[in-house]
Amino acid sequence: MSSPAERKMMVEDLALSFGSVQALSGICFTVYDNEILALIGPNGAGKTSVLNCISGFYRPKGGRILFKGKDISRLSTTKRAQLGISRTFQNIELYTGLTALDNLMASRHIYIRYGPVAGSLFLGKARREEVKNRAEVEEIIDLLELAEVRHKVVESLPYGVRKRVDLGRALALDPQILLLDEPMAGMNVEEKEDMARFILDVQELKKIPIIIVEHDMGVVMDISQRVVVLDFGTKIAEGAPEDIKHDRKVIRAYLGKQAKPDREENEPVSA
Amino acid sequence: MWRPCGTFDDTYEKDVTIMRTAAQWAVTIAGLVLLGLLPFLLGGGLITTLNLIGVSVVSIMGLHILTGLTGQISLGHGAFMGVGAYAMMMLMNLTGFSFWLAMPLAVLTSGLVGLFFGLPSLRIKGFYLAMATLAAQFIIPWTIINVRPDLTGGTSTLTVDAPNLFGFAFSSQQRIFYLVMAFAVISVILARNLQRSKVGRAFVAIRDNDLAAEIMGVEIFRYKLLAFFICSLYSGLGGCLLAVWMGAVNVDSFLLHESIWYLGMIIVGGLGSVPGAVFGVVFIRFLEIVSQSIGPPIAGFFPDAIGAAVKSGISPFIFGLVILLFLAYEPRGLAHRWEIFKHFYRRWPFSH
Ligand SMILES: Nc1ncnc2c1ncn2[C@@H]1O[C@H](COP(=O)(O)OP(=O)(O)O)[C@@H](O)[C@H]1O
Ligand SMILES: [Mg+2]
Repeated sequence: MSSPAERKMMVEDLALSFGSVQALSGICFTVYDNEILALIGPNGAGKTSVLNCISGFYRPKGGRILFKGKDISRLSTTKRAQLGISRTFQNIELYTGLTALDNLMASRHIYIRYGPVAGSLFLGKARREEVKNRAEVEEIIDLLELAEVRHKVVESLPYGVRKRVDLGRALALDPQILLLDEPMAGMNVEEKEDMARFILDVQELKKIPIIIVEHDMGVVMDISQRVVVLDFGTKIAEGAPEDIKHDRKVIRAYLGKQAKPDREENEPVSA
Repeated sequence: MWRPCGTFDDTYEKDVTIMRTAAQWAVTIAGLVLLGLLPFLLGGGLITTLNLIGVSVVSIMGLHILTGLTGQISLGHGAFMGVGAYAMMMLMNLTGFSFWLAMPLAVLTSGLVGLFFGLPSLRIKGFYLAMATLAAQFIIPWTIINVRPDLTGGTSTLTVDAPNLFGFAFSSQQRIFYLVMAFAVISVILARNLQRSKVGRAFVAIRDNDLAAEIMGVEIFRYKLLAFFICSLYSGLGGCLLAVWMGAVNVDSFLLHESIWYLGMIIVGGLGSVPGAVFGVVFIRFLEIVSQSIGPPIAGFFPDAIGAAVKSGISPFIFGLVILLFLAYEPRGLAHRWEIFKHFYRRWPFSH
């Protein structure tokens, strides 16, 4: 971060439980303007749960989330989307029956102003709004190199491309903050490099903070400015990537994981 | 999506247009002219069937939107048609309203009733919501039969006057044809437009992934209710036209089996496609005729005692068999066949 950074989002003392399982407790961290913050930790640490709390899909039982100084903890999921909180999903939750283009256009929902009558007639107003929003979406299609698959139904696309469409759909919401849940999971090295480049491009272009959940420490080192480490639902470390790499607690969390083979692991940690 | 060869979009304005080439316009206009000439070319029996197909096309656009696009299964489609038909009949017969006044009011009534029965979609989905619509399918005919039989006629048939437009009475099947087909063409155009609009995308987003849709800013409940409302507008209009087609209303036309036939139509046609829904209607309506005409000869092979049962059972039997075959071998329906065909002829004679 070069300029004095503003606090965009503050997560304060977040607690979440599923029945008797304490998924998160006492999670605190700040997201500064225009930074890429990596959220790491072993599987089951609670990373996805944190993102779900921020986007409003999970209701935390304690703590607050402030976005641009405003408490959003009580807002509905839809309201949060309207504030510009946008995300991708670990397991690609696309609209499988729509084309790539329409998946992105669907995210323009909150900006397109016409109702069902105008939509049924599809004359002047609806047509103008569609064309205007289509232009916005086309910029994202260019940025993410999706032009060739624009009119393809998402169901038919390969995994790596679907991951990119997922990112595109999050961007089409014109986000103020972007949450990426393992955008590179299951990709080969080349696809990972492409995705990293896209994420850096997005940040450069949009000047928005990005929270990225990622397992590949190499990627984390390369693209993030700060790292927050979770283990068993609590924050165990926070700092610059270089420091995190040598943090004893972090190493123990990851090594402990390797020592217990019953805990599942899909991505080796290359620290 | 496949386009005619050589059609490229230089502006997004063109890309949002359905009719792209002069050829498409020519084919469409020729098709409409041919449609207009049909009453002069075809015999009365066939026109009567085509009219029923037209009525069903109007109605199926509703189910296409609710089930095909939004993914909410309705087992009450027939009953919502009944709301439209009965509301129109009562407004015409009891208050003396003309068709042109009674019909829109009846359509709106049907929409509101559909909206009401869509309320459970706030809390339940899938199978359980289907059960809630099944409740509507039983409550509505029950209400028609039992609550005010002096007004609705109960189980008996009440006649409906032919609509009259500037002195032209739609009093024969040949004349009704123009009324029904006008509504069918308009319904198809409106539904197709809605599908490619913001609203249609929100519907499909809810169908394909309601959690993601919500996180991306779609007001799920509002759009589910909207789907129920729009669906019931179309089914209400279909009911009004059915009453015109029969010149009467009878509660038998709006029972559970009718709802199931309609679901069968969109399954055969292919969920989520307007052309598919139209193909499904045509296919099932003709299948109905074929199975009714082969019923008696087949029944002849059986002893008298079960012959009658075979005769009445042959139509549902064939219907069930066809649905099973489609689900097993072509779950994407006739719409998929149509896409393959279009793909083929647009590139002909160059096969890739
Ligand atoms: N919907 C849920 N129901 C029950 N338990 C859940 C649910 N979501 C997450 N958990 C539990 O919360 C913990 C954190 O999960 P998650 O946030 O998915 O971890 P991560 O994304 O870091 O792998 C896990 O123990 C998981 O089993
Ligand atoms: Mg996760």
